[in-house]
Amino acid sequence: MKNYLILRVITKLLIPFILLFGLYVQMHGDYGPGGGFQAGVIFASAFILYAIVFDVRIARKVMPMWLLTILSCVGVLLYCGVGIATLIYGGNFLEYGVLSSIPSSGNHIGILIIEIGVGIAVAAVILLIFFSLAGRR
Amino acid sequence: MEILGQFNYWVSIALAMIGLYTVISKGHLIKKLIGLSIFQTSVFLLFITIGKVRGATAPIIDPNFSSYSSPLPHVLILTAIVVSVATLAVGIGLAILIKRTYGSIEDDEIESIDKAEEN
Amino acid sequence: MIFVFVTGCFAIWLKDLVASTIILGIYSLIMATIWVVLDAVDVAFTEAAVGAGVTTALLLFAIWLTGKSEKKVNRIQWGAILGVILTGSLLIYGTIGMPDFGDPSAPAQIHISPYYLQNSLAETKAPNAVTAVLASYRGFDTLGEVTVIFTAGIGVLALLSGFRKRRKREKGVIQE
Repeated sequence: MKNYLILRVITKLLIPFILLFGLYVQMHGDYGPGGGFQAGVIFASAFILYAIVFDVRIARKVMPMWLLTILSCVGVLLYCGVGIATLIYGGNFLEYGVLSSIPSSGNHIGILIIEIGVGIAVAAVILLIFFSLAGRR
Repeated sequence: MEILGQFNYWVSIALAMIGLYTVISKGHLIKKLIGLSIFQTSVFLLFITIGKVRGATAPIIDPNFSSYSSPLPHVLILTAIVVSVATLAVGIGLAILIKRTYGSIEDDEIESIDKAEEN
Repeated sequence: MIFVFVTGCFAIWLKDLVASTIILGIYSLIMATIWVVLDAVDVAFTEAAVGAGVTTALLLFAIWLTGKSEKKVNRIQWGAILGVILTGSLLIYGTIGMPDFGDPSAPAQIHISPYYLQNSLAETKAPNAVTAVLASYRGFDTLGEVTVIFTAGIGVLALLSGFRKRRKREKGVIQE
């Protein structure tokens, strides 16, 4: 893909917008369509586009495998951590109402943190799968 | 509406049958995976069809609307799609390993190699 | 709907795996528009990103690694066709008892969905009921899903990175 000038330029232009759109979908998930799962996949697809058009090796330097492994663990642990935090605050596991003095806004905070955890985990796992497939041969 | 009331279910069943036929009859493992993913989509179609209400809008609460489709099937399918890509990836990983070990991912060739090794 | 059916058939029928994968991507995109028509915007979002994007990329890489075309099989497998038609007709017989398309009084609409739709805004301050149910009411469920995805990622990593080490070890044994 080294020789296709148009593809390279358009990809370079598109990637920041894809990343921005992923963040928008992540943070806007409770008001419109979107959420952690979609945002994670969109975020990962930006890196996959980069890896396809340029080179997998360069993309792996930006996102090394050890970082991806750690990030996927961080995502799952963030989710569980919210559950543990609600236990410490005196509620049930994953009962977000206790995170704030008003139960409904506590629920909102809980949803936001959990969506972030889901987004990190999904993006990291999909990139992990993609790089371990693409790094073969 | 009475006659076509079950049209969506029929399409979903037809897709499921395409997927089932592929998984049974094709020998190529990647083709089997494609068939599996079509099978999964048919199940998604069934669930979303159950959740739809005629004349309703998407389940984003707004004072201008009063009738919404059921959000529960959407939640289940939303997570199921992402899980389906994860299982697909595990399948691809297994197929690549089989290709490395046997040199082929056709079902019958793998079986003949296995028999030759046993004898 | 008919487009979906036709593209699905083509994806199976074509012998060239690359063409088959591309058609599977088109199939997913048409499926995403159908989700929008059926009011499932979140699902449409996911399907467009996962089905048309990530799945196609993964399958293309798999084909690149395992070989491009399928072996020619001339005989049609009548046993498989018979079994499929039998199962399909039984399932269609089962749809006679199903509620009509878009029926507001169907069992799925009157059990727990009205509770979610009425109370989710007041209880979670999130207007999107799908997100509210996903993260709050069914939080355990979603935790399970995330764990499944995480396990799949670790599984692929174990499958594909263990092999290289094993091969290196075998080479080392031969050299010794």
